[in-house]
Amino acid sequence: VSTRTVEYLVSRSPELTADGRLIRMPVLPQGMEPELEGEHMVINIGPQHPATHGVLRLVLELDGETVIKCTPHIGYLHSSFEKLGEYRTWNQVIPLTDRMDYLAPLIYNCAYAMAVEKLMGVEVTERCKVTRVICMELDRIFSHLLWVGTTAIDIGAFTVFLYTFQERERIYDLHEALTGARITTSSTRIGGMMADLPPGWVEAVRHFANTLPRTLDEVETLLTHNNLWVGRNRDIGTISAAEAVSYGLTGPNLRASGVAYDVRKDRPYYDYETYDFDVVVGEHGDCYDRYLVRMEEIRQSLRILQQALDRLPGGPMNVPDPRLILPGKTDVMSDMESMIHHFKIVMEGVRAPVGESWYSVESSKGELGMYVVSDGGSKPVRWRVRGPSFINLSALPRMVEGHLLSDVITVNASIDIVLGEIDR
Amino acid sequence: MAGENLKDALAGLESGPETTPSGDAAPRGAAGDDARHPSVQALRTRFGDAVLHHAVMSGDEHVVYVAPERSAELLRWLREDGEQQYDLLKDVTAVDYGAGRPLEVVYELWSIPHRRQLRVKATLPLDALVIDSVEPIWKTANWLEREVYDLFGIHFEGHPDLRRIMMPENYAEGHPLRKDFPLRGRFSRAEQTRRSLSMDVTDNYTPQELSVMEEDPDAAGVTRLSEDGAARTHAEASGSLNPSATPRRPNDADDYSLGTSGSAAGGTQGAQL
Repeated sequence: VSTRTVEYLVSRSPELTADGRLIRMPVLPQGMEPELEGEHMVINIGPQHPATHGVLRLVLELDGETVIKCTPHIGYLHSSFEKLGEYRTWNQVIPLTDRMDYLAPLIYNCAYAMAVEKLMGVEVTERCKVTRVICMELDRIFSHLLWVGTTAIDIGAFTVFLYTFQERERIYDLHEALTGARITTSSTRIGGMMADLPPGWVEAVRHFANTLPRTLDEVETLLTHNNLWVGRNRDIGTISAAEAVSYGLTGPNLRASGVAYDVRKDRPYYDYETYDFDVVVGEHGDCYDRYLVRMEEIRQSLRILQQALDRLPGGPMNVPDPRLILPGKTDVMSDMESMIHHFKIVMEGVRAPVGESWYSVESSKGELGMYVVSDGGSKPVRWRVRGPSFINLSALPRMVEGHLLSDVITVNASIDIVLGEIDR
Repeated sequence: MAGENLKDALAGLESGPETTPSGDAAPRGAAGDDARHPSVQALRTRFGDAVLHHAVMSGDEHVVYVAPERSAELLRWLREDGEQQYDLLKDVTAVDYGAGRPLEVVYELWSIPHRRQLRVKATLPLDALVIDSVEPIWKTANWLEREVYDLFGIHFEGHPDLRRIMMPENYAEGHPLRKDFPLRGRFSRAEQTRRSLSMDVTDNYTPQELSVMEEDPDAAGVTRLSEDGAARTHAEASGSLNPSATPRRPNDADDYSLGTSGSAAGGTQGAQL
């Protein structure tokens, strides 16, 4: 694991002290209005609020403009996906997975299929493995680009949003070419993918990977050295490494606090140990480090993407196992046995042996765990999603208490949540 | 014929997994080799009888079944012992196998320094769904245990703030992820609508937040709270914790009369439950 020290690149400015720290004016000097001291105020943000990134509701107890206590209220988007999953066959669960994190749907598709395949003892083909790596890295970029854009809007920088969403549009097109859908991809199947890669797709991904860095450079020119951006992000929402681990933070939020934990390195899956990439680690655990970590992670994902495209082998996409995989459409139309075979898989579903399995992948938001329990039937007894956003959000009160009201928006944006997965 | 089968398949979407008869114990897997996992060996020597069973699932996942009354003590040791250091609690969840079988509480642990996985399970019979909270050990257990409490009805002894998290605090239909909970809920659609329409503004705040607002009702211009509003919330919240409350059966024939119900119907619900 190579550790990269993130350096602050703060411009020389009269508002900063000699060692580069920002001077902030006290908003309400102590004792100026003594009759207001000690009076607490409760305000409610959300669930309908553009800066809460979905239907999140925060109730804040304020002393003046300082947050004393923050209570997130969630569940406004609760759809009980886990309960629904118990009423679906193993393959029918897949469309539920991409509706959780609709900002990185392919990662969720893949993680679920990987958990069920592990439970069934199925080893997917080499081509499928590399394809899934491409899909997952593509969606990590997809999610981080959205994060940069919307966070910049929250803080008041509009231009970045336009740049990153233009790039996201290209990933949407790649999604559409691969799966037929732009957001609700549902592209994996137990034992493989919905379809093989369409012609020209690999070249399109390579073109995207070659041209994205230019936009990243422009985004970094707009933000990294920007006085306002640094001022709003630096030393805001700081969390120490030990606390971050105790709160169960994972992904860029944990790495920004200086813990080099990345599932792709620590418990590698799909040959991630053979790809050459660095785990990006911050130092201070504040919003600015989380920004730097995510920007660098996009570049690291591009490295993985290039290597995966280079090594993409030919051969079949799906495992040659008739219990899992549908026969070809031509066979179904011309051959009676194939038609019965097709019918049985669709109507009865795939069966999993008695047991359970847990599969962790590094999602864009943190560690995504899929836990499936089977009693031998064609439906899960329990399908549990360890959602990284849910757990990261539970640390929000700890991060905002003591900060100003306007910083709540910054910190909430910086932990990168998606409410579809929090509420499930 | 194809139409019939399609109908069967669609009806299948309404039915949950086929559970094995209640006589069978929940599947535990064959006993694993303790020597394959250093923590399991250490647990056996230190806690003896509290370690009930060790199984290996899906090739490399080590599962340890422990006695629920000693689970918190055992987990604290796993977190703090220098040889173990399971500092990342990845997940706390539960599994209901249905048919009246006991619930399993599942702790998924990971040690960042040792790169080691361990799953700890404690089995709780349906009439004693209580286990010690691990919130004092890992902060992340706060929300995870609230979720398990909300969706399975397991009480975590010593949790600082055990409230529902996904469902509203005054939700009275039970615990949705239990196998005996029907997919569409226990109440009729009309009853559910009536309940959501008769929610009070105070239902959306925690008791702690309400107490701050009570002290200074004019602060922030929030809605002034009436005494009886707060009292009603409290009564409903305690009612929803009672597992023995018999749910009202759906009766759609007389339920679609929202125009005549309103707050009066809301007042009588406590008696019906």
